[in-house]
Amino acid sequence: MNDDSQLFDPPGPRGRRRIRNATAVSVLVLAALLALALRQFAAHGQLAPAQWQMFTQWPIIRFLLDGVEQTLLVTGVAAGLALPLGALIALVRLSRNRPARALARAYVELFRSVPLLLLLYVFLFGLPRAGLTFPVFWQLVIPIVLGNAAVLSEIFRAGVLALDRGQSEAAYSLGMTYWQAMTWVVVPQAVRRLVPTLVSQLVRLLKDSTLGYVVSYLELLHKAQVLGEYYHSVLPTYLVAAACFVLINTALSGLAGWLERRTGQPAQGS
Amino acid sequence: MPTQVLGPLGHGLLTTVLMTALAFAGALLLGVLLAVCRISPVPPLRLAGAAYVTAFRNIPLLVLLVLFVFGLPEIGLLYSLFATVTLTMALYWAAFVCEVVRSGVRTVPRGQIEAARALGLTFTQCLRHVVVPQALRSMVQPLGNVFIGLALGTSLAAAVGVPELTGQAQLVTLKYDNPLTSFALTTAVYVAITLTSGLITGRIERKVAIKR
Repeated sequence: MNDDSQLFDPPGPRGRRRIRNATAVSVLVLAALLALALRQFAAHGQLAPAQWQMFTQWPIIRFLLDGVEQTLLVTGVAAGLALPLGALIALVRLSRNRPARALARAYVELFRSVPLLLLLYVFLFGLPRAGLTFPVFWQLVIPIVLGNAAVLSEIFRAGVLALDRGQSEAAYSLGMTYWQAMTWVVVPQAVRRLVPTLVSQLVRLLKDSTLGYVVSYLELLHKAQVLGEYYHSVLPTYLVAAACFVLINTALSGLAGWLERRTGQPAQGS
Repeated sequence: MPTQVLGPLGHGLLTTVLMTALAFAGALLLGVLLAVCRISPVPPLRLAGAAYVTAFRNIPLLVLLVLFVFGLPEIGLLYSLFATVTLTMALYWAAFVCEVVRSGVRTVPRGQIEAARALGLTFTQCLRHVVVPQALRSMVQPLGNVFIGLALGTSLAAAVGVPELTGQAQLVTLKYDNPLTSFALTTAVYVAITLTSGLITGRIERKVAIKR
């Protein structure tokens, strides 16, 4: 956190006084904002114990935990399919076959620019017209896989391109073919570097799983909706769900950060 | 091509464009403000900024949308659907803009700032002549990515009932039983938005790039 303070000199007595004053003022302003929010909540009965007591009951916690489990399941299956698919597309895009390269490029450009929800609607409303219907789970997972494979392949490709050219040249000079060099020299090194970035991408993929809300798949968000409407406590339930997502994703980001420190490679985005 | 499809899709496109423009402007404004908080020497502001970014970057956009659209009326804050959704988008992407701005400031080599200070530039002069011009240039590409993400993200508004492009594509599909045309047209529009934004940011970036 302190590498941001490079902009400032260590403050002298006047600077310290000014910072102290700014601190006091900002604490007051933040407290006032919080109080205002709490007042708004209280005025509409959202702070009543009845609205929140339900979250201490095991069946309800169990119900939400089930949603967490489904969210993780969707994320896990989608990631398990999208990772190899993305790697494959990246390799094709890096290959020496011109038509194959163009095809892979077209795939990436297309699926990176189509909103996931639109893709989901194609699977939900478009394909059934053509007589192609999938179970709900796959209606959710397939679009996520298709969209994320495109993004992941760009990550893989960037990783391979970032690798020192000498590595593959050395492999060729040892008499390896293109694919041998890729399999034994380039890919293992690139992947190791990419692990933190890939974990960060998992956070995005997990966010995508909330689209289960649209196809009525009972992951965390949809479960929160059902619960909130049943107990007439929409706001608290969504807030709890949001908190769950923050917890899970912060854990994932923490994992990415830990891997980053271990491998010494910066992760990008999230 | 059935022409009755074009009307609704055109309206949807208009909503998408308007929402994207308003939300991006809002996100830029709030994001810069947050970044200033995060690099200021005032501890509570830093803490609040960090908490905001952590919360908003880790809550999926759809959860935020549902929370604001269905939750705010519960505490007596009822605004139009379009306003609520646009505001939510701005709040969500502001967290990403904040991180872009912050890392943009970090790309300025520390030695340059020290040199500026050694020359006797004041804090404001140092920012104006040394930090901001360089930081802005390195922010072009990532801000372009945020813009593309936001433009594609507006489609989620369809899930809470805003008739923007994706929502209209779905409606048209159901109404006229014409999935191929509407989905193909909509896809083409999104691809066009993404590709042009990518091209424009790429061009700007090459133009202002600093060779170090």
